[in-house]
Amino acid sequence: MHTEFLMGNAAIAMGAVAAGLNLISGYPGTPSTEVLETVAKRRPEDVYVEWSVNEKAALELAAGGAYSGARTMVTMKQVGLNVASDPLMSLAYVGVKGGMVIMVADDPGPISSQTEQDTRHFAAFSKLPCFDPTSVQEAYNMIQDAFAYSEKYGTPVLFRPTTRVCHGYASIFVKDPEEYLKNTPEGFIKDSSKWVIFPRLSYNNHIKIEERNEGLREEFSSYPGNSITGNSHSKKGIATHGISYTYVMDALDKHTDVKILKVATPFPFPERLAVEFLAGLDEVLCIEELDPIIERELTYICGKYGLHVKIRGKLSHDVKPAGENTCGCVAENLHLFLGTEIPKGVTRDEPPALPVRPPVLCAGCPHRASFFAVKEAMKVKKTAFCGDIGCYTLGNAMPLDMVDTCLCMGAGVNITQGIGKIEPDTTCFAFVGDSTFFAAAITGVVNAVYNQADMTLIVLDNSTTAMTGHQPHPGTGRTMMGEIVEKIDIEAVLHGIGVKTVETVDPLDLKSSVDCVKRVSAQKGVKAIIFRSPCAVLIKSAMPVKIDDSKCVQCKKCIRTLGCPGIVLENGKVKIENSLCTGCKLCTQVCPTGAITGGEGNE
Amino acid sequence: MNKNILLCGVGGQGIVLTSKLIATASMAKNIPVMSAETIGMAQKGGSVFSYLRMGENIYSPMFSQGTADLIIGFEPAEAVRMLPYLKSDGTVILNSHPIMPVTAALSGGSYNGEEMIDYLKANVKDICIFDADKACKKIGSPKVLNMLMLGAAVTRGCLPFTMEEIKTAVINTVNPKFFDLNSAALDEAQGLIK
Repeated sequence: MHTEFLMGNAAIAMGAVAAGLNLISGYPGTPSTEVLETVAKRRPEDVYVEWSVNEKAALELAAGGAYSGARTMVTMKQVGLNVASDPLMSLAYVGVKGGMVIMVADDPGPISSQTEQDTRHFAAFSKLPCFDPTSVQEAYNMIQDAFAYSEKYGTPVLFRPTTRVCHGYASIFVKDPEEYLKNTPEGFIKDSSKWVIFPRLSYNNHIKIEERNEGLREEFSSYPGNSITGNSHSKKGIATHGISYTYVMDALDKHTDVKILKVATPFPFPERLAVEFLAGLDEVLCIEELDPIIERELTYICGKYGLHVKIRGKLSHDVKPAGENTCGCVAENLHLFLGTEIPKGVTRDEPPALPVRPPVLCAGCPHRASFFAVKEAMKVKKTAFCGDIGCYTLGNAMPLDMVDTCLCMGAGVNITQGIGKIEPDTTCFAFVGDSTFFAAAITGVVNAVYNQADMTLIVLDNSTTAMTGHQPHPGTGRTMMGEIVEKIDIEAVLHGIGVKTVETVDPLDLKSSVDCVKRVSAQKGVKAIIFRSPCAVLIKSAMPVKIDDSKCVQCKKCIRTLGCPGIVLENGKVKIENSLCTGCKLCTQVCPTGAITGGEGNE
Repeated sequence: MNKNILLCGVGGQGIVLTSKLIATASMAKNIPVMSAETIGMAQKGGSVFSYLRMGENIYSPMFSQGTADLIIGFEPAEAVRMLPYLKSDGTVILNSHPIMPVTAALSGGSYNGEEMIDYLKANVKDICIFDADKACKKIGSPKVLNMLMLGAAVTRGCLPFTMEEIKTAVINTVNPKFFDLNSAALDEAQGLIK
């Protein structure tokens, strides 16, 4: 045992390794990404690691490994579980042999997600046990318990941290490599009565699952992660979970005249422990993030056991229904509930108006050039620009204003098709990144081709998964095991599924790009343009461009049309911010007087 | 002794590494430490802040407004943004050099650090302001900004570490080929503040 300063996700990774992990797969997504990356960086030699093409593939792969007796883990963010929900629901009926943990990171806020969905619901829906850690240390310990429970009951289990646990750091106690468990997989043993899902098997297993979960409701009541602390004679109780538990404990500080229920296994809910907690209480405040799951369970238990305890929380409007909890809002909830005085804040003058710093496409980002080329080519036309999930969603910001819709991974392709069917006079474009193309767009393109859509598919190929921190994907020719493999060619894929016109162009060559968009979009049917230029963060910058003051007429067209962070105003005059400019030269092609030049050679 | 520290500035200024260095120094003295920072959609040019807590009996890596002992502000407006977190008798270490937001050029809006600095001076009793960007230029690398800020905080006695303990943390955390440069920046900060 030694101490290490670890990010929550790294702690989850190292905990899994300590539990004898044999295989890990996943698809990148904030806030889950660093789990798999840490395993890749620090894995014992015989652990297999892969970024899969999407969450469904990742979960199925981990299931196959666990069928063969391996201890496996699959990682994703909450919306990723929607993609993987088909195998999840069936796997819950079939079960596994080796321990299998499905690590799904939830994102209250949401800070960088489409939804605030609560994976604890998925646990109840799929009937799978679920673990919800409160801290980095608990995450490290609990992931090991999760493997043990999974193997004991032959079922995959869900492990659901939230952003602040995933991305928090703490100095924690971790095992030395000699203390790691070693799991040697037995291999896949054929047994079609176990591994082939048929209605009869589903029915029989459904009965067993309900029995198991009833047992787990009891067993989890003794699980150390679930606990009752504080004053057992108090009339008031707090029920909480996850990072909110730590906010509650910090806020209560010296006011310990209250009983606290900490729920680490939201499903199956530790019923006996909850009854013990409720005994003698007049009212309970539930402090939860995302949905009121503990609140509903406690309300149900009160009804079932005839307990006269008032359960308060989100459903009673005592706690805000949406968004992330903070230390501040939890403290306020507690003070109101306990009738204690809210400590006075520090009073200071009203601050001056603060500059806003919204996320924008980086200086030199090739997506800016691609969006601008399409915008230039389509100037006077009636258009629909359907975006997708990735850095390029930021193309919606002014002055580009080139993303009209964004829904979920890969959705843009068929949304475009739908708009075109209803509005045939609209020129329709779907923008999709290279990683999203492989993850979720190919079947959409097949659908569009088959059903005679009229649209232009734009693949923004920067040869990486940029948004989540530059993970490799099938088009990059690299795997997480460090192998160099044959790249899957996007042009060939598109040709193979029936897209006749596929043109590839460098978006940083503005004229060629505009011409290409005009030429290709004028054709009928489904056609594609691949804008190929590497992510600006990954390549060595060229020299910054220069402005010739004698030629610059201060028309500010460069700023007004491109919105590049590398072009700034200083005392009302246009200036290149040398620390940011990558020398992409897009602005040199926009300047009407030719005042911007350079961007040659390496910095 | 427990301490709540907030580091804030703009993406790319080395805030996350600074936070790690303080944590490493803390662990070397067997002081439990936790931190939390903004990551995800915060990229280059966005606001970045890191909460850091040291000491016993701490549960959450985050803390409430009005409870920070120290704010290390890498940029004036970002220090103003996070000022509600400072205790009434807390300290601010501030880099006076402002960073224009990327949207300022587009909206034609102006932002000038002076107004922010005046506000901080008027509202914080214990404040130490210096131009860390100028000091970076003197040393010859924009990358040592975080070392200057950290060096200033140590010199000012805001952290329970000596400069030697911080240098040990730098040796253990940062690529050794930058050690001389980082060490020079820490010394430069010491000279500037004293």
